[in-house]
Amino acid sequence: MAAKLILSMDGVVLHEYTLNKERMTVGRKPHNDIAIDNLAVSGEHAAIVTILNDSFLEDLDSTNGVMVNGVQIKKHFLQNNDVIEIGKYKLKYMNEQHGQATAADFEKTMVLRAPVKTPQANVPQAKAPGAGGDALMKTQVNLPPVPPAYEATGKFEAVKLQAAVARPVAASASAQPAAPAPAQPAAAAPPLAAVQILSGPNAGRELELVKNLTTLGKPGVQVAVLTRRPHGYFITHVEGASYPTLNGKALDEHQHPLNDHDIIELAGIKMEFYFKS
Amino acid sequence: MNIQEALEIVSQTNSGMVRSHNEDSVIYDASRGLVVLADGMGGYNAGEVASGIAVSVLSTEIKHSLESMRRDGKNDSGVEIGVELLRENVQKANASIYNAAQSQPQYAGMGTTIVVGLFYDNRVAVAHVGDSRMYRLRGASFETITRDHSLLQEQIDGGMISKEDARLSKNKNLVTRAVGIDAEVAAEVNVYEVQIGDIYLLCSDGLNDMVEDEDIGSTLQMLQANLPLAANQLIEMANDNGGRDNVSVILVKVNGDFAAPRGWLAELLSWFRN
Repeated sequence: MAAKLILSMDGVVLHEYTLNKERMTVGRKPHNDIAIDNLAVSGEHAAIVTILNDSFLEDLDSTNGVMVNGVQIKKHFLQNNDVIEIGKYKLKYMNEQHGQATAADFEKTMVLRAPVKTPQANVPQAKAPGAGGDALMKTQVNLPPVPPAYEATGKFEAVKLQAAVARPVAASASAQPAAPAPAQPAAAAPPLAAVQILSGPNAGRELELVKNLTTLGKPGVQVAVLTRRPHGYFITHVEGASYPTLNGKALDEHQHPLNDHDIIELAGIKMEFYFKS
Repeated sequence: MNIQEALEIVSQTNSGMVRSHNEDSVIYDASRGLVVLADGMGGYNAGEVASGIAVSVLSTEIKHSLESMRRDGKNDSGVEIGVELLRENVQKANASIYNAAQSQPQYAGMGTTIVVGLFYDNRVAVAHVGDSRMYRLRGASFETITRDHSLLQEQIDGGMISKEDARLSKNKNLVTRAVGIDAEVAAEVNVYEVQIGDIYLLCSDGLNDMVEDEDIGSTLQMLQANLPLAANQLIEMANDNGGRDNVSVILVKVNGDFAAPRGWLAELLSWFRN
């Protein structure tokens, strides 16, 4: 679905433009794709270059400049719900795929190639003109429900968490500014936990488990790793001839869930795992 | 040390949290120092077929080539052989997939990305097509060895989009090269010196799209003493972050020297050539 720009002034919507060309210009002169007849707008004020699902805004050395979300820009990679300001006019950038922060990630990989022998019917997604060749799509896009942001449920049950992950947060997501869609979505994190050393020279020391992985022990002797996952904390043996014990029972090579106040013994040192909140 | 003793190799593949099919294929041949990972694309099961053809053609063909070379005693001449082997055999895999796609309508348009590592004589020849990657952990530094053949990478190279912005792009799924789509394919092949202690990671984009490079690197760093656990942990992290794609990893750890044996005659001849 092509992205759109919604032109408004003082909260009144004036026009809606579909970004269906590789390059669209905004300016006062009538030949612009988005012509705004106002003296504060330069003849050719700004351009929007769209490459498949991504759009870039550029100030064409206008007299009065271009703002995006209140910040003056020269060049800007548009994200869903960005508000472009040109004089008193506002252009809101709407890209459904961006709203569902990660929709495109669901699409299967496609190949871009120059000569396309297949009929256009096989190219449902990438109709962006002039994007350096049409995209040949290898598979029909079959979009599963899209999780734009993961709810911080703080629930510990794996089953529940998975359900949460798979559920789109449709209502709230469209109202909020586009959350950046980094490689690592804001997966629900469990509450903060820590390990306190109970014996040995470092007895009393507390180690907060702020990272996804924390290794404990002596390399070459005995090492275990504590992993922080969306549904809780786990301990796994990494190396060493003997396995760590959990509440007095020796672990095996598998991952074991950690419960509040569990006692871990590793390389002769006792420690306690507990939740901080 | 022979190559099988010098290298520790593990692999794991998982369909992820969303997809019902696993279109990735992985294979390794420890006795020949060969690792292959492919991420297939195509409707129904065509993606699996494409990636499956790619890994089986590469592993069987390279095995044959290496054996015939040994018989000819031509295996000690160095770099070019690895490059040549990979380039030729990626081409063969390409032809097999392309021909299957041409002859069977249900496979039309199928293709696959691929990343191949061939370890020999204290080096590794790396071939890739598309956006499957190889990374290397050496000491504290974790870096990408391959550069994606993708629209996004081209945009980054062209200065159109910054690396930071690239993470926000919706064009991540567009590769500019793939195996089996056209009659010919250009694999990118490079050769790197290998050091003892290096860990090489081959992965499909299901890993690096879901987990930051920094987190991948620190995971390998922390769990390098237990390679199977490291592989498992990487897949688990991708799935914990949503697992939107199939995710596959191959890890290769260099535990020893694997210089090709050089006879006294070869040594002597090389003296005279100098």
